[in-house]
Amino acid sequence: MSNQLYALSGQFETPDEIMHAAEEVNKKYKQYDVNTPYPVHGMDGAMGMGESPIGWVTLVVGTTCMLLMLCFIAWIQLVDYPTTFAGKPDFNLPGYVPILFETTILTGAVTTVLTLLFVVCGLPNNAHPIHDTNYAKRTSDDRFGIYVEAKDPAFNEAEVRQLFEQLGAKDIAPIYIDAEEVAAGKNMSVLKPQFIGFAATVVLVISGAAYFGLNHMVFLPPYNWMSVQPKVVPQKTNTVFKNGVSMQLPVEGTIARGFIPYAKVGAKEGFGQSMANPLDPTAEVFALGEQKYLTMCSACHGNYGQGDSRLNGQYPAPPSLHSKKAVEWADAEIYHVITNGQNIMPSYAKQLTRDERWAIVHYVRALQRSLNPKETDVQ
Amino acid sequence: MSTHTSQYQKKDLPPVVGQVGFGLLGVGLLLALVSFFVDPLRTKFISIMLFMFLAGIGVTSLFMVAIEYLAGAVWSTPLRRIFEMFSSLILFLPIFALPVVFSMQDLYEWTHKTDEILARKAAYLNQPFFMVRLAVIIGLWIVFYKLFTGNSLKQDTTQDQSLTAKNVKLSALFIPVMGLSITALSIDFLMSLEPHWFSTIFGVNFFIGSLTAALAVITIAVVLLNENGYLHPGTVRDHYYSLGFGMIAATVFWMYTAFSQGMLIWYANIPEETPWYLHRWDGDWKVITLAQILVHFIIPFFLLVQRKNKRNPNRMLFASVWILFAHLFDLYWVVMPAYRPQGPIIGWNELGFVLLAAGVIITVFHQQTKRKNLVAVGDPKLQRGLEFRL
Repeated sequence: MSNQLYALSGQFETPDEIMHAAEEVNKKYKQYDVNTPYPVHGMDGAMGMGESPIGWVTLVVGTTCMLLMLCFIAWIQLVDYPTTFAGKPDFNLPGYVPILFETTILTGAVTTVLTLLFVVCGLPNNAHPIHDTNYAKRTSDDRFGIYVEAKDPAFNEAEVRQLFEQLGAKDIAPIYIDAEEVAAGKNMSVLKPQFIGFAATVVLVISGAAYFGLNHMVFLPPYNWMSVQPKVVPQKTNTVFKNGVSMQLPVEGTIARGFIPYAKVGAKEGFGQSMANPLDPTAEVFALGEQKYLTMCSACHGNYGQGDSRLNGQYPAPPSLHSKKAVEWADAEIYHVITNGQNIMPSYAKQLTRDERWAIVHYVRALQRSLNPKETDVQ
Repeated sequence: MSTHTSQYQKKDLPPVVGQVGFGLLGVGLLLALVSFFVDPLRTKFISIMLFMFLAGIGVTSLFMVAIEYLAGAVWSTPLRRIFEMFSSLILFLPIFALPVVFSMQDLYEWTHKTDEILARKAAYLNQPFFMVRLAVIIGLWIVFYKLFTGNSLKQDTTQDQSLTAKNVKLSALFIPVMGLSITALSIDFLMSLEPHWFSTIFGVNFFIGSLTAALAVITIAVVLLNENGYLHPGTVRDHYYSLGFGMIAATVFWMYTAFSQGMLIWYANIPEETPWYLHRWDGDWKVITLAQILVHFIIPFFLLVQRKNKRNPNRMLFASVWILFAHLFDLYWVVMPAYRPQGPIIGWNELGFVLLAAGVIITVFHQQTKRKNLVAVGDPKLQRGLEFRL
């Protein structure tokens, strides 16, 4: 223990005595402190202490962090990842107030505590001259202590001792600075560059690993309102097929179910006598043929096939179906004309199925026969 | 210690207090009558503000009494008689309810119109049940007021500690009763002005706004009385600090409830909830709505946030007057859009009612001080209350 004096201390038995002592000491000295085993109300006033400046730390840090958070939210919502929620504007201030409020409280509170611990109290250095003294032991147990520091400009050991004696202090004792403890405090391992470097490395490695782990290894895309899906999109190159087209053509020669291809598509003449009407002339077939004829054919050919178009000359009327040529035609030729079209008559292959076309052929035959009946029909 | 409970000597308030009170009461009453003949409907709407202002201050003063007993607080014991005196406003509430009760047909849409929503609410919102609720609420408050102050006054002479124990039990009963009744009262008088609208936090918002106003009235009285030596000489600035602390806490909580009500309705954007805010967002009402943030939160907050301001009598007086203004501003914002949706209007009619309210409060308080000690001299907690320091 060195002999450098830190302070002169005195101890009292009751809170009233220590309040009185603090008031008296405060009249002459500024560098002094009081230690009590429990909070004594009114001590701030007795010691002449003003308002603690720590509130300014809370205010400045809280306000700054609130503004930083506002900028952060603005950057996210306006620049980096604009999202619309519930039809509200992109920058939706009332909705951010709870976040800003919580940021202010959190940063203000945490910074206040950290400032108290690391700036005001000087952690991690916890050396203090009153450690391991009788004064510290008693004032944390059953006595109320006061000490005046030697660095006070008005400090004079004899005068302070006399003042303490007048006030009725017990165990008036000097407190010395422990050079060994001070040196140990200055040479703490946590303050060495090796430790600080190690700690910084650990922080960097852990935060870097967390960043890469979360953003690259276990990254989940944020919810994107179904706008991104693993499906084929129009106007985009398909990487699966060689030709880059998603909608592939069927293999050449593919026939759709229930579809019988017609070999004479585009030909000048049909199969003639070599192909018969595949449908039997039943009542159902005639009914179908009549319905389809009236829907598709009658507009130009007339309801009875006489070429008396119902379009009143707006469109060239076709020849009569009762002409000698048409009457003598094989069934397959009429079918060929319906399927391929002729002159300005278009193909009806898209509008009428194969069976419907053959049914129309039956119906046209019936119409022809109604105007040129055989003798057997008249009977 | 230098203070002792026996140091209190009762002194009568100077007659100027009564003169000011009667003067304000007279001028206010005159202006109110003139206003009633010039612009009856507007005056009727303002009378809702007057009633709710006095009712809120009266019952939250009694709430402060109850919370002191229930929490075992000592800082407020030297001031508690002041709380009790302001809570005597409760006794006069039936008088101030009359103008509203007699003009309900003009004020409340639900009394004469109906549609599907109102028809479903009619089981609660009908005139007979309204009267019953009003009578029960004011009746309960008067009963509790009589019991609290009766026990407290008896203690001045008997110094019987069991009276404190009785009031503690009474407080545990009163606080839930007050919570429900002030909510019901605010729904009846304020929320049903626009009967299609509803908000579940409305009652809390009115309660906490009234509490700030009650604390402001109490602070004005305590500071003026104590600085002129009418209270116990042991009452110090640390007691002002605690009142200021209550005011700033209540102000922040008022903003919290007001904002959460507004934000949730704005966010949800449901047609049945938004009209109330739309009426306060159309035209010049928007200015009043936005000014609330400044008037009712930012200015009082920074007036009171520093410890040295809360210990300074003049700054506490200024902050209290400002908070009373802010509470009136808030009531105006709640009530008057129902009267004039196209925009706010402020004139001598409103000023007359402010004078009337001030006159009523000062006169009632002055009458109370004539018969009673200004300090609860028999309270067992008084000594500790006087020794209260930060």
